[in-house]
Amino acid sequence: MSIRGRAYVMGAFEHPTRDAPDKTTAQLHAECARGALEDAGLGFDDVDAYFCAGDAPGFGGMSMIDYMGLRNARHMDTTETGGSSYLVHLNHACQAIAEGKVHVALITLAGRPRHGGARPGGRMAASASAGLSDGAPEQGFENIYGGSTHNTYGMCAMRHMYEYGTTSEQLAWIKVAASHHAQWNDHAFLKDVVTVDDVVNSRMIADPLHLLDCCVVTDGGGAVVVTSPEVAKSLKRPRVKVLGAAEAPRTPMGGRSLDLTTCAAVWSGPPAFAEAGVTPADIKYASIYDSFTITVLMTLEDLGFCPKGQGGRFVADGNLISGVGRLPFNTDGGGLCNNHPTNRGGITKIIETVRQLRGEAHPRVQVRDCDVALAHGTGGSLGVRHAAATVIMEREA
Amino acid sequence: MSETQERPAVLGRPIPAPAVTLETQAFWDAARQGRFLIKRCQACSEAHWYPRTLCPYCHSDRTAWEESPGTGVVYTFSIMRRSPTGPYAIGYVTLDEGPAMMTNFVGMAPEDLKIGARVRVKFQETEGDGPPAPVFELIP
Repeated sequence: MSIRGRAYVMGAFEHPTRDAPDKTTAQLHAECARGALEDAGLGFDDVDAYFCAGDAPGFGGMSMIDYMGLRNARHMDTTETGGSSYLVHLNHACQAIAEGKVHVALITLAGRPRHGGARPGGRMAASASAGLSDGAPEQGFENIYGGSTHNTYGMCAMRHMYEYGTTSEQLAWIKVAASHHAQWNDHAFLKDVVTVDDVVNSRMIADPLHLLDCCVVTDGGGAVVVTSPEVAKSLKRPRVKVLGAAEAPRTPMGGRSLDLTTCAAVWSGPPAFAEAGVTPADIKYASIYDSFTITVLMTLEDLGFCPKGQGGRFVADGNLISGVGRLPFNTDGGGLCNNHPTNRGGITKIIETVRQLRGEAHPRVQVRDCDVALAHGTGGSLGVRHAAATVIMEREA
Repeated sequence: MSETQERPAVLGRPIPAPAVTLETQAFWDAARQGRFLIKRCQACSEAHWYPRTLCPYCHSDRTAWEESPGTGVVYTFSIMRRSPTGPYAIGYVTLDEGPAMMTNFVGMAPEDLKIGARVRVKFQETEGDGPPAPVFELIP
């Protein structure tokens, strides 16, 4: 069954905090939920489906359903794919709604890595426990090598440069574009406009990625509310219709034909476009997961916004800046400048897409006649194993 | 003359003890003897990495250990600069048998590590009582 036109994103809320020493993670989830429900014009009692990922404290969705008093929840999904989880959840929520099982789905993300949450960008935990392990099967062959988000994404950038001649200056343009957008966002963690020189002269973290190729580390979160067409029509907010969605994992799978220059978007993009009945040329705005600059570049190629290997040329010279380039992206400042709550950018990708389709983005970055937009998430590690989800949405006139 | 003459930066890092499982104990036992094993499927003849009991390609359980010379080429790498023990390189080697494996590249200056370079396995002691871990160095 296609989800096309069978579900709407009617509520979206990004927590204004970027630094939360005084709140618990559960509280942040609940504040985000309240914000998104208020935005939609709904209440907690209207929610019959709840979606969360590994950032939710306690026992999967049950702890949060209990904390938030979601007494009418009858459906839950705690699929965990890192930062892309919330786009996967959006796809799954649309499926559950299209099947008629539920009518109001709530998705939340929240956390506080700046204050005792999981250490951002930390090394993958290596097990040194005595005796035989029965943990992740890859553990003994990967986790001992000091992998972090930075250097595993760095491996992708290094190979992309080798195969396609991509340059640090081209990658830098992605950060420059994000910073041009972030200057208009009062809540952005980094508001200063930066130049290509600023990026390539920032200190090297994990070759070839510099400090300014990396996203921010922020506390906070966000939530979205997805509803059936009937509920959507009863609400006063602009209707954002989901046209198509797809997801895909991508892993080394035995090490044969390892290709770190192609990401899971190559599998999640085409079915999402097909279901939506649109092409990349129809997309007026794109929220592209931006844990690192290389994440954006590879995703744009694999979604078909430019030919494979041409990502560097595509992003250069401001092509991603709203009002300047051909494909305005991450007009909230993205994970690179605005917010990457609890090291997961998925929910903010949905939220800014909704703002753009409603015409509620900041006037300086609002895309004119923004009728069709795309949100894409990448979770896990691009350089090891990851999963992506692509969701295409439309403003209903 | 300086008494604390700086040694040239050489890539490397201490490696924690690897997690050993029922499926991979033979690999680590061999590693203690300096032998590098990979798994190959007897049904489809494909080698794979990391070692599994069931072949990830044809799903037969007729996988067998074979000793490998541990030679291959650098597929990619990244040099981590933010490290208390000095810069180190993580990356993938494409083994001559076919599969790519994650590893650390050790013993070379950062500027000498290149994609496409020929490398060979060596075993590095790990922390605690762990078995030695496969790392790779340039073939001169």
